[in-house]
Amino acid sequence: MKITEQEVRYVADLANLKLSDEEVGRMVREMEEILNYVDKLNELDTSGVEPMAQVLFETDEQAGWREDVEHVPLGTEAGLANAPLSGAGYFKVPRVIER
Amino acid sequence: MQVENLTIDSVREGLARRAFSAVELATEALRFAGAENGKTNALLEICGERALAAARRVDAGIAAGEPPGPLAGVPVAVKDVILTGGVRTTAGSRLLANYNPPYDATAVIRLEQAGGVIIGKANCDEFAMGSSTENSAFGPVRNPVALDRVPGGSSGGSAASVAQGTSVVALGSDTGGSIRQPASFCGVVGVTPTYGRVSRYGLIAFASSLDHIGPFARNVKDAARLLGVIAGRDPADSTSAAAPVPDYLSQLDAGVSGLRIGLPVEYFKGLASETGDLIAKGIEVLGRLGCKVREISLPATEYAIACYYIIATAEASSNLARFDGVRYTCRSPESGTLSEMYRNTRGEGFGAECKRRIMLGTYVLSAGYYDAYYLKAQRVRHLIAQDFQRALAEVDALVTPVSPFPAFKLGEKLADPLEMYLSDIYTITCDLAGIPGLSVPCGRTAQGLPVGMQILAKHFDEPLMFRLAHAFEQAGGVEG
Repeated sequence: MKITEQEVRYVADLANLKLSDEEVGRMVREMEEILNYVDKLNELDTSGVEPMAQVLFETDEQAGWREDVEHVPLGTEAGLANAPLSGAGYFKVPRVIER
Repeated sequence: MQVENLTIDSVREGLARRAFSAVELATEALRFAGAENGKTNALLEICGERALAAARRVDAGIAAGEPPGPLAGVPVAVKDVILTGGVRTTAGSRLLANYNPPYDATAVIRLEQAGGVIIGKANCDEFAMGSSTENSAFGPVRNPVALDRVPGGSSGGSAASVAQGTSVVALGSDTGGSIRQPASFCGVVGVTPTYGRVSRYGLIAFASSLDHIGPFARNVKDAARLLGVIAGRDPADSTSAAAPVPDYLSQLDAGVSGLRIGLPVEYFKGLASETGDLIAKGIEVLGRLGCKVREISLPATEYAIACYYIIATAEASSNLARFDGVRYTCRSPESGTLSEMYRNTRGEGFGAECKRRIMLGTYVLSAGYYDAYYLKAQRVRHLIAQDFQRALAEVDALVTPVSPFPAFKLGEKLADPLEMYLSDIYTITCDLAGIPGLSVPCGRTAQGLPVGMQILAKHFDEPLMFRLAHAFEQAGGVEG
């Protein structure tokens, strides 16, 4: 698998990650090396093997359910306390709609 | 009292015969941590107020004649990916340098309810990504056994703190070996419980299908006691297991004669090293204790690292999307548009390893590659889990090395990320299968570096795992 600089920039865009030119160059080399390594999975015939999305063990189907009881939520003030910018009970972000 | 030598039992005994109060112990533990932490950088924050408040509650309970909780007065360190309400929690990241969580993780609530005294927050690789704790934005941790070496990772601060004596037990998290590997490097006990055994509510998520919270301790009994406190169903985490929590202490001394131990041949191939020799001696000890030892095969082992680094990075790229400069993190000042704000905040905030994993994860999940990478890796994961299922039907436990080598020098492996990933070979399979695993000290190399022996058991068979490790420890482990 050959990774191009263009692909790295495209993936960084998908990931909302700003990379410097130097980082892009390094990422091309490192991603290529790691992706070449993981290609070894193709040596294995996995036809007929179910994908495993979660750890499985014998358990009651409803084991993950909880009682439907009210509890006091965190509240706006605590929820906003770590925001870099907030106001009027909301998180504030740069303007996205021009008047 | 010498805090660096305490165990849970000696704390209990000291409190019972009034040799010291919980407040006196906490005061001394805080003094010791304040004086010694600079040598290792194991703790990022020492939380004196919270520790003393917890200690005062313990003393008040004792004065009122209440039976002390299982962790009464015990100084605990908590890995900094686990939320402590009102105490800064950074996950080792610049992005969360000033994050002050509004609530406690369930494991934190439980350990304080049991009388535990949180002394400080333990340094770790950024967002628990790494095998050496060199990826922390707040400086690496030094191994207390050899200060020019890494403590392992990602829970390196937790392991180093317990080894150094700035805490008696600690909480860490394990996604691919992040508890067992640092435990082995620092010469302490580290436990990765069965997936779902401990609630992850309040754990900053890395890879949700692989993340665990688990204990560090100076002996097996303390680790078992701490797990007993934090384990169990939690309505706030739907992935926490409903299975009742057994008394992990009651069977510790039940003996191990007749237990069937499997040695996975794939884990010993090419292990011609001091580590291999020490593990071989450890296995001899188990044989002398009456265990029936035989070789067994886990054929999918060689695909585990490739499988892991697809699944873990894919899940990480999703979980880390929330750190975007809106809700928890600092925000890049250079941001005109919303999109620039996201990009700049994340680009400036994440360290190199997190960026690498976010990129890999985003790549393997992107259109056109999902089937080839992520789905393929999930199928291989199933094969790895089936290997363990088959093996653990034939034997009671598996014994392996924890790491191919002991603690390496700071900086030694930083230049080559793939080589760092490959060093996780013996620990990641356990996380992929969701079975419990433990690292118990198994002697030291000629240079005095600790080596850990790994014990793996069936889902929820922690009692057997503890019994075996305890018997090994009581027999004196391996000299050297």
